[in-house]
Amino acid sequence: MIEVCLAADVPEGEAVRVDIDPPIAVFKVDGELYAIDDTCTHQDASLADGWVEGCLVECPLHASCFDLRTGEVTGPPAKRPVRTHGIDVVNGMVFVRLAPAPAETR
Amino acid sequence: MRPVPMSAVTVVGASLAGLSAARALRAYGYDGRIQIVGAERYRPYDRPPLSKEFLRGAVAAEDLALESAEDRALDLHWRLGHAAIGLDPADRAVVLDTGERLVGDGVVVATGAKARQFPGPRLTGVHTLRTLDDALELRARLLPGTRLVVIGAGFIGAEVASTARRLGLDVTVVEAAPVPLAGPLGEEMGRVCAALHAEHGVRLIAGAVDARPVGERRVRAVRLADGTELPADLVVAGIGSMPCVDWLIGSGLSIDGGVLTNERCGTAIPGVVAAGDCAVTQSRYAGGLLRTEHWTHAQQQPAVAAATLLGRDHQPTPLAGVPYFWSDQYGVRLQFAGHRRAGDIVEVIEGDLESRQFVAVYRRGGGPAARAVAVLAMNQSKPFARWRRELARSNAPALA
Repeated sequence: MIEVCLAADVPEGEAVRVDIDPPIAVFKVDGELYAIDDTCTHQDASLADGWVEGCLVECPLHASCFDLRTGEVTGPPAKRPVRTHGIDVVNGMVFVRLAPAPAETR
Repeated sequence: MRPVPMSAVTVVGASLAGLSAARALRAYGYDGRIQIVGAERYRPYDRPPLSKEFLRGAVAAEDLALESAEDRALDLHWRLGHAAIGLDPADRAVVLDTGERLVGDGVVVATGAKARQFPGPRLTGVHTLRTLDDALELRARLLPGTRLVVIGAGFIGAEVASTARRLGLDVTVVEAAPVPLAGPLGEEMGRVCAALHAEHGVRLIAGAVDARPVGERRVRAVRLADGTELPADLVVAGIGSMPCVDWLIGSGLSIDGGVLTNERCGTAIPGVVAAGDCAVTQSRYAGGLLRTEHWTHAQQQPAVAAATLLGRDHQPTPLAGVPYFWSDQYGVRLQFAGHRRAGDIVEVIEGDLESRQFVAVYRRGGGPAARAVAVLAMNQSKPFARWRRELARSNAPALA
């Protein structure tokens, strides 16, 4: 379990980047929290800096789209999904439960 | 528009634009044969990393593949390792260097561009960077302590210099213009980029016209117009690109610095469309004819070409109407959207230049009539994304 920040401190429609290896991004959409790998699977860019529209995040570099709920690619050029991670909110504090296996490298 | 029945389309060019054209043809429901011709022996691969992560050795050639698992369903017939040498408009035949004629109903010209070379015989140790083979050759020579002179401080030159410096080479960059990147970014922002070289221990010599590699068979130095010689073990020429359109001369297509097309990628020959780096297209955003060499353009414009070929309507997203490119140099991510013209006024609106974290907006026209036409960001992806959308929104009437 990784402590992130207060749930109230994640801005609506935006993300907080968790600086671990590999980094994680925690998004808030309509009050719901989602945790995914922060690094785009296409090329090195932080998805926390991406554009959020509904439950999709668009990579700031090449506009690859990922579904925050599943990690699936919904728009190219990315080919591989990002990992999704579990979220717990305890007393207003956000904790991330890391997905067990790291994403395949290819 | 009236749908055009087709059963055989030849896509000439097997890089990002060619693959994007094939994807778009299928997305529009075209179920006929697609042959895709590529002069290189490789399946489509991503070129931007060739001057960055790949050149550095951080990613392998397999990582550059552009095709995904879903692309298998495209059912493409690949003709790789063969250059097209002619186009016969009578039966829309693409002639290969083997003499074979690929006859079809439609042709997508997506042959891209090639690196400009110095005239005369190539000296050993002088490189250009455009293809995977170029990158493999160059990568093997980026050894610590090697004296590298990069000719041209454009995006390719700056990225190669940055990568080489990181690998421990002794790097000098020579640029003909007084300020690098002044064309796309303007002098003020060009100077900010130029400063990155010195900050990272790379010498920049600007205003050096007519720099030439010299030596007997193997390069020894780069000679400047005033006779100065910069000793060099290795030279990379980043002196621009030329569209691969020689093969079309005499075909009936209008060629002027690329294949001339209308806004919808249509050419002078019915059934022949062109897209990507090889096309000179009427651009609403720039307000004139433009040959665009950006990755995003090569990814998006072929959808317009495919629609035109099939006689279908294509509604590009507002964002697609705004030119966009990026560059990674010395750990700085530079992003630019829009189109700058001489006389546009640039202003930093977030962050500051010194910290290399800023957003700068270019405006055209004075007073209350001034409108934002372009945006540049360094290490500010998030506000940049917002501004890129703002440009699409505010310029939507002009783009519609």
